Amino acid sequence: MQVTVNVNGTGSTVDVEPRLLLVHLLRERLGLTGTHIGCDTTSCGACTVLVDGVAIKSCTYLAVQADGRSVRTVEGLVEGGKPSPLQDAFKEHHGLQCGFCTPGMMLTAEALLADNPDPSEEEVRWALSGNLCRCTGYVNIVRAVQAAGTAIRSAAVAAAPESKAAEPEPADAPVMAGGSQ
Amino acid sequence: MTDTDASTGTTIRGLGHSVRRKEDDRLVRGRGTFVDDVKLPGMLHMALLRSPLAHARITRIDVEAAKAHPGVVAVVTGRDLDAHGLAWMPTLSADTQAVLALDKVVFQGQEVAAVVAEDPYVAADALELIDVDYDPLPAVVDPRRALADDAPLIREDKQGQTGNHIFHWEKGDKEATDRAFAEAARVVSLDTFYPRCHPAPLETCGCVADVDPATGKCTIWLTSQAPHAHRTLFALVAGLPEQNIRIISPDLGGGFGNKVPIYPGYVVATVASLLIGKPVKWIEDRTENLISTGFARDYHMRGEMALSADGKITALRSQVIADHGAFNAAAQPSKFPAGLFHIFTGAYDVPAAHCEVDGVYTNKAPGGIAYRCSFRVTEASYLIERLVQNAAVELEMDPAELRRRNFIQPEQFPYRSAVGWEYDSGDYPKALDLALEKLGYADLRAEQKEKWARGELMGIGIASFTEVVGAGHGADFDIAGLRMFDSAELRVHPTGKAILKIGVQTQGQGHETTFAQIVAGELGIPPEDVAVMHGDTDNTPYGLGTYASRSTPVGGAATAMVARKLRDKATKIAAHLLEAAEEDVEYHEGRFSVRGAPDQSKTIQDVAFAAYTNLPAGMEAGLEGVTYYDPPNMTFPFGT
Repeated sequence: MQVTVNVNGTGSTVDVEPRLLLVHLLRERLGLTGTHIGCDTTSCGACTVLVDGVAIKSCTYLAVQADGRSVRTVEGLVEGGKPSPLQDAFKEHHGLQCGFCTPGMMLTAEALLADNPDPSEEEVRWALSGNLCRCTGYVNIVRAVQAAGTAIRSAAVAAAPESKAAEPEPADAPVMAGGSQ
Repeated sequence: MTDTDASTGTTIRGLGHSVRRKEDDRLVRGRGTFVDDVKLPGMLHMALLRSPLAHARITRIDVEAAKAHPGVVAVVTGRDLDAHGLAWMPTLSADTQAVLALDKVVFQGQEVAAVVAEDPYVAADALELIDVDYDPLPAVVDPRRALADDAPLIREDKQGQTGNHIFHWEKGDKEATDRAFAEAARVVSLDTFYPRCHPAPLETCGCVADVDPATGKCTIWLTSQAPHAHRTLFALVAGLPEQNIRIISPDLGGGFGNKVPIYPGYVVATVASLLIGKPVKWIEDRTENLISTGFARDYHMRGEMALSADGKITALRSQVIADHGAFNAAAQPSKFPAGLFHIFTGAYDVPAAHCEVDGVYTNKAPGGIAYRCSFRVTEASYLIERLVQNAAVELEMDPAELRRRNFIQPEQFPYRSAVGWEYDSGDYPKALDLALEKLGYADLRAEQKEKWARGELMGIGIASFTEVVGAGHGADFDIAGLRMFDSAELRVHPTGKAILKIGVQTQGQGHETTFAQIVAGELGIPPEDVAVMHGDTDNTPYGLGTYASRSTPVGGAATAMVARKLRDKATKIAAHLLEAAEEDVEYHEGRFSVRGAPDQSKTIQDVAFAAYTNLPAGMEAGLEGVTYYDPPNMTFPFGT
């Protein structure tokens, strides 16, 4: 059957078997190998992508479920050929070692920051609790996500004309304990 | 590490500087190349049928329906491989392992047949069409049970094998140790089981095997922590000429020892590509990874510690039953079937020690790898630290004090242990003191006392350790006979930029950055100007790979040494350029200057250009070299 998806801003219509998983559509049919497969069972989060802005695990999500929707993968995080603030923050804060979990980690974080650009450590940890890193390094991943939030908020203020209301807290402001979801 | 520890300035940024990792840009963009990302024209996909039973005879395999399934290119069984002499393969511990089972299966998850198809979904479908009749046999999964006289014989394939015992290995002076125990004021003992665990790298194992029918060149993209050793083993197993085998271990999604052994899937995919003439990809799923590939631990340990009345350890002994699964595929140095377990005296000055390890077959997946430590060192540390803790409880001593009383003291280094290790250096009391100070140990103990008085429970755990890492020395440590040296090849181009090729391989350790920094520190070329290549056997010097905490101590040392070799040549070229005597030329951070006249100098980049354009008479052109480094001893990191 035919599936029409918009992936990272580009529309594609692909003939697929109904059982084809979204992760295989992305990796095998569209050549987007940045989305990785770690567990095949929705456990590790390496395959996380955004479907209409919602983080989902594409190894247990059928390609046909994405029909008519927009999908964002790690390849779609880059802005104008440059790493996004989130990608930069992962580099700056040593938020990765082998890099296998990183794309899924970043897409979950991307969805979090879109909802909540100033998450507490607890909120970041809660949001990332379905993404596993085996090399260790959650501490730096959490730091990277919070730093990306700060960078995104600063950029928004710089872009906003004379808006006092949107002024972000300074980067070194103490992190408030946030309620978990 | 802060930049203040660095030996080079902020332009050169050698080791000690915190620099952004060179590998990260591609990884955060999703532009890494992991094995499953490799896609070749005409590539086929392989899936493995695995045994649902832990021990059973195979009475019949019917593959006809699978073969007839649309999209299936081939179905391979053990019989098919046997016709080519490839039904069995050697393990890293000089045992043999079934590539695909012939007459019986010996662990649940064992490889029984393979389907090669045009599509991975079709391959998976066809597995369900293979009909295997099993005649179940009693299975044994406890190694102590496996040693009983009436236990089922697991390895009927091995000539002369009458039971499930694999090896007995011991180290130390048994007589002296037993004597010390007989004379001891106190003896503390412990029976403990360090359970089997799986390294579970986030990327499972797999390969893309591409045997070119025209040239015979066999290129295998492989999840391999030891690509050179794997090339040699492939040559020996498959009888392929080694120059025709190219192993490429690209970006790896973690290893943790799991990617050191050779797995049947690699061999079957390679044979399938050879016979079909097309590339074959095999990527295991998570369940396959967990049930069939290299595990760690699974040690049943008994330990005994002899002490004087005042808490001095006088002797230590241990007996271990090691569960190696159905094939002895442990990835350990060949002289040391229990790895470096004899580091079991830990950080303590123990006058007499003796350990014995017995390896046993069970109906479980094969393995025994160095998971997040050196070979079997975690097992040893676990045993000694538990024993020290038990001793502290029995002697009613503070466990920190008992440790302090028994540590090898800083002035005793180099220290020869009762089982023969030569510890190079250390300051164990300092590490303990620092840990206790950071914890606020005295306050914690006071808090604990208060809580106990109130009937609340509170525990405080302490562990000190001395690891033994960085194998070789090659005469003592080898994998399947290959000495555990490592290598580095460095080429400096005319513009002063360099390529470093290393024999070790990275699975997230950041070699592309760290090893470039080693070159920066030795030769003054900034890390961004040093490209590091690894994992491709056609393009890197021979090395034993990355596991057991050996890359930087061995491969990093080789890198420093090859850079120094180039620096010596660069000094001669600089002397020629500066019209000075070689002995008057001094090197400092990428600059060669005349002693006493620092304004007369040439940079490493000037010298690199001259190596191709303006050489001293009679000197060979170029600025490149290769070093194979065989360390004289292991290194002994420590902590509390």
